[in-house]
Amino acid sequence: MMNPGQVMEYRDYYQLLGTARGATQAEIKSAYRKLARKYHPDISKEPHAEEKFKQVGEAYEVLKDAEKRAAYDQLGSQWREGQDFRPPPDWDAGFEFSGGFEQADPGYSDFFESIFGRSYGGFGGHSSASQTHSPAQGQDHHARIYITLEDSYNGATREISLHAPQLDAHGRVSMRERTLSLKIPRGVREGQHIRLAGQGVSGLGGAPGGDLYLQIEFQPHDLYRVDGRDVHLDLPIAPWEAVLGAKFNIPTPGGTVNLNIPQGSQAGRKLRLKGRGIPGNPAGDLIATLRVVLPAAETESARKLYQHMEKQLGFNPRSGMGV
Amino acid sequence: MISRGVKVTIKGVILDKQSEMTLDDLCRACRVEQKVIIALIDEGIVEPRSRNESPWSFSGTTLPRVVRALRLQRDLELNPAGVAFALDLLNEIEELRKRIKIMDIHGSRNHD
Repeated sequence: MMNPGQVMEYRDYYQLLGTARGATQAEIKSAYRKLARKYHPDISKEPHAEEKFKQVGEAYEVLKDAEKRAAYDQLGSQWREGQDFRPPPDWDAGFEFSGGFEQADPGYSDFFESIFGRSYGGFGGHSSASQTHSPAQGQDHHARIYITLEDSYNGATREISLHAPQLDAHGRVSMRERTLSLKIPRGVREGQHIRLAGQGVSGLGGAPGGDLYLQIEFQPHDLYRVDGRDVHLDLPIAPWEAVLGAKFNIPTPGGTVNLNIPQGSQAGRKLRLKGRGIPGNPAGDLIATLRVVLPAAETESARKLYQHMEKQLGFNPRSGMGV
Repeated sequence: MISRGVKVTIKGVILDKQSEMTLDDLCRACRVEQKVIIALIDEGIVEPRSRNESPWSFSGTTLPRVVRALRLQRDLELNPAGVAFALDLLNEIEELRKRIKIMDIHGSRNHD
């Protein structure tokens, strides 16, 4: 576990939790809980919440445990967060960590792993929930993958890399990267999990391998917003198209579609294209919301046109406001 | 495990409302003992398709909910009642955020 000579960044766990070096266990616990609620990836919308959460979790993992904290404290207080750190050659002699880790690997820093070793479990940085099940049978693993909306519409084959912890014959854990070629099922939706049977960690002594679960997330899209099966599109139209009606091509994640704008449409009108959302049974809808865009009056003739409209139409959009 | 150099394309199965999961599947997937899942059922956080049927069966959409519940329970050291409460609030917040996001694309470009 210890690799003398390797340089890494020092982690100031006290600073990460915002506590003094002499803080009591109770102070450390409440500092951690406050920060865990603030940065928990299921709750927080702060930028880099997930990374912050991991750092705070790592700090707590060390400081909540008297043995680990003592080992960490022994490194001395002269280090600063982010500073180049080279572990002294034999510093871990005499320390034996009991209990090990109750958490799956949330992706600890090099610093942590060089001192406390690598924990077992976890997959691709997405930790799954605690406790081992059966030691012989391979474990199930979880990872999160990001796909495009188009991948869900068309189905796609994508290469994904996963970092899997691997147990060797001596019971030591090392990280191994592997690449899977995955067929993404057509119609998969955000937040859904897909199961890859037998693709988790292989079992010991020929026991069956666990399953791999992938949680699907969509990459943000410039044009579309997804709501379950439905896909929303903001559709700019010219005033005359809204008023007189029009027929033109619009983009959808499944390809171009010819859309009919009924005459007399107002801005904000929603046109629902049945079955043009995410494929499935039933398929979702594509909902185009009209946004009337006004041409600028930059030329004299354009100004004349607007003035002409003003005179001819006698239109008062505030007629119902009593002024 | 696939050996290196051989290209195999794996097909995943979507876990949706129709897919079947057993209590054992959930335990294995989440690496917890049955009593942990049962505590979530007692709290109404997840439901088997039918409580009277034996063995219990669950829809595939149960898994993401269990994963999330256990993550909150572990990371924030919440009890099952706290998890249930947090999940309900989180679902509501997500629903609202989604609506804002959809309203936002229809409105944002009007004032920039």
